[in-house]
Amino acid sequence: MGLDFSIIPDHLDVILLGCLWTIGITVAAAILSFFGGIIFAVMALYAPWFVRLPFRVVEWVFMGTPLLLQLFLIYFGLVQIGIDLPAFVAGVIGLGLHFAVYNSELIQTAILAVDKGQMEAARTVGLSRGQALRKVVIPQAVRAVIPPIGNNMIALLKDSALVSVIGVSELTLSAQRVIGSTYRPLEFYLLAAAFYYVINLCMEWVQRKIERHIALSR
Amino acid sequence: MDTDLMLKVYPFFLEAAWITILLSVLTAILGLTCGALGAASRLSRFVVLRFLGAAYVSVFRGTPALIQLFILYFGGPQIGIQLDAFEAGVIGLGINAGAYMTETIRGAIISIDKGQREAARTVGLSQWQTMYKVVLPQAARLMVRPLGVNLNMLVKATALVAAISVVELTYTAQRYIGSTYKPFEMFLMAGVLYMIIIFVVGRGVAWLDRRVQIT
Amino acid sequence: MTAKTDFVQIRHAQKSFGKLEVLKDISLTVERGQIVAIIGPSGSGKSTLLRAINDLDPLSGGEVWLDGVQVNKTLPHRQYEKHINEMRQQIGMVFQHFNLFPHMTALENVSMAPQMLKGLSDEAAAKLAEEQLDHVGMLEKVDAYPSQLSGGQKQRVAIARALAMSPKLMLFDEATSALDPELVDEVNAVMKKLAQEHMTMIIVTHEMDFAASVCDRVLFMDKGVVVEEGPPEVLFKNPTQQRTRDFLRKHLEGAK
Repeated sequence: MGLDFSIIPDHLDVILLGCLWTIGITVAAAILSFFGGIIFAVMALYAPWFVRLPFRVVEWVFMGTPLLLQLFLIYFGLVQIGIDLPAFVAGVIGLGLHFAVYNSELIQTAILAVDKGQMEAARTVGLSRGQALRKVVIPQAVRAVIPPIGNNMIALLKDSALVSVIGVSELTLSAQRVIGSTYRPLEFYLLAAAFYYVINLCMEWVQRKIERHIALSR
Repeated sequence: MDTDLMLKVYPFFLEAAWITILLSVLTAILGLTCGALGAASRLSRFVVLRFLGAAYVSVFRGTPALIQLFILYFGGPQIGIQLDAFEAGVIGLGINAGAYMTETIRGAIISIDKGQREAARTVGLSQWQTMYKVVLPQAARLMVRPLGVNLNMLVKATALVAAISVVELTYTAQRYIGSTYKPFEMFLMAGVLYMIIIFVVGRGVAWLDRRVQIT
Repeated sequence: MTAKTDFVQIRHAQKSFGKLEVLKDISLTVERGQIVAIIGPSGSGKSTLLRAINDLDPLSGGEVWLDGVQVNKTLPHRQYEKHINEMRQQIGMVFQHFNLFPHMTALENVSMAPQMLKGLSDEAAAKLAEEQLDHVGMLEKVDAYPSQLSGGQKQRVAIARALAMSPKLMLFDEATSALDPELVDEVNAVMKKLAQEHMTMIIVTHEMDFAASVCDRVLFMDKGVVVEEGPPEVLFKNPTQQRTRDFLRKHLEGAK
């Protein structure tokens, strides 16, 4: 059968739309996973034991099971308890929660790494623990943690392809739709791969810019 | 929680767990092989090999593993590659894992102090002898834990083959969610088994790491 | 014309790192059995010169000759590898940071090269290693790993490792600079012993006293050139160059 890339232009619009969805889902989930990560980190370190312990269990489960399985739980699980969300929302929540847990690990380490003296200094000046955390410790921790979180965001982009399995019309599913009518899987999966690769490169470029900006503003 | 249902279906999950384990083992072997070749390629003195190695890592770490699987399984027949789903799963995930392992292995090798290489060359050892007798033994000790992390990711990545209908843990969970409408129970069954497998792998890696230390 | 006694010859050695010229047209000869010290401020190029002798840091220009054979010959890759490995078997090197192989015992560190390169059996190589370790006073530590040894002990094992190949020339790159003061003497003692056994040695060092007591010639280097050279009694007591005087004064002041 061989390769025939000439059919691509006819279907480019569907693919590009899928691309936009992928970017949108990635960005939404990334934002959720970033702030979720901070909240989870603070919970894991400072919440009372009856909140901390169950959370640790959830953390353990989310890091010990595949993302795809988690997506099934969230998508079908929400339906079971009566919340019928569109697939892409379930996808964003699933991706966001999954990476929020991984990010929280990184942020916990960063918070603990921020000089203990910082917390002491903030308290002696009269700030409460919550204020000290918010104004002094967390901002510094977040700065330190941007590079590894950037890597997680890029992993998130690649894992966004999994939401195609629960029916979200992002890049992967769009490619499959086109393949369904053209019977040319190799061309369109390669095209999809190329788009992912390019988006990936853009994200890496942005990450480098942010890192440089942080380094300079020290 | 519907424990009766769980008792009824757990044998299927156990069977599927074996498939997951088998997938993990085969993929790990292929991944380590690709990783070793990739690292050797990136460290070669020939520019072409170095470029190919870097390209391999960039492409396979820069695109989703799921797409790589689809390219191999669905796109392969177009250029004469006919694989069944299990084979495509092992080969696709193995090559993907190899890209990550290449960097792990290469990272360990280049972290060995330059002075070690100099001392070996100074006494008359060739580049190959230096690598074999001095650098690799030390690098091997350094790469056990990071490779363990790669292995952990690999076990979870085997779930992707559910998308090409290989009957492993995640596929089984999806199937029974579809027929029983009990996603939480099915997640629990598959999840516990995954966590057991990962726990065992983690222990194995920790044991190996302890065993290869010098003193 | 090459004199019969010119054992080590460096002809017009030149080395640049990009725009920075680290060695500027250095020529020197060392006779068999001579002990030469090279002193000078950091950045003078003395380590670079030493490391050029066994081509660890290849020169940008110039030649290095050992006993009538050019060390840094230009050859196609495979032949060059074979050639330089053979040459390096004849040159022993001791590093500032020892560079012992941490995954091998002291015995294995010393016996590995003779066993691999000279085709000795396990027993013969072990025996040879034991002799060399005894030579440097480390016999009771044959089965110790480097992490279990003090700095001075590590350096002595490193010397034994270099000697195990029966080299014609020994190079010392600031062998005691990384040692705590109490541990320096044991290493100096071994080096003195080698000197008495008429080993040809080139020593880069900061220790003027040691250089004076052991060496036949001292070279003072600064900014990539050999500023002055001569027997220790002359160079240390009556240097002819202002730069030499400045360096010695600064150095001896610090010591006092």
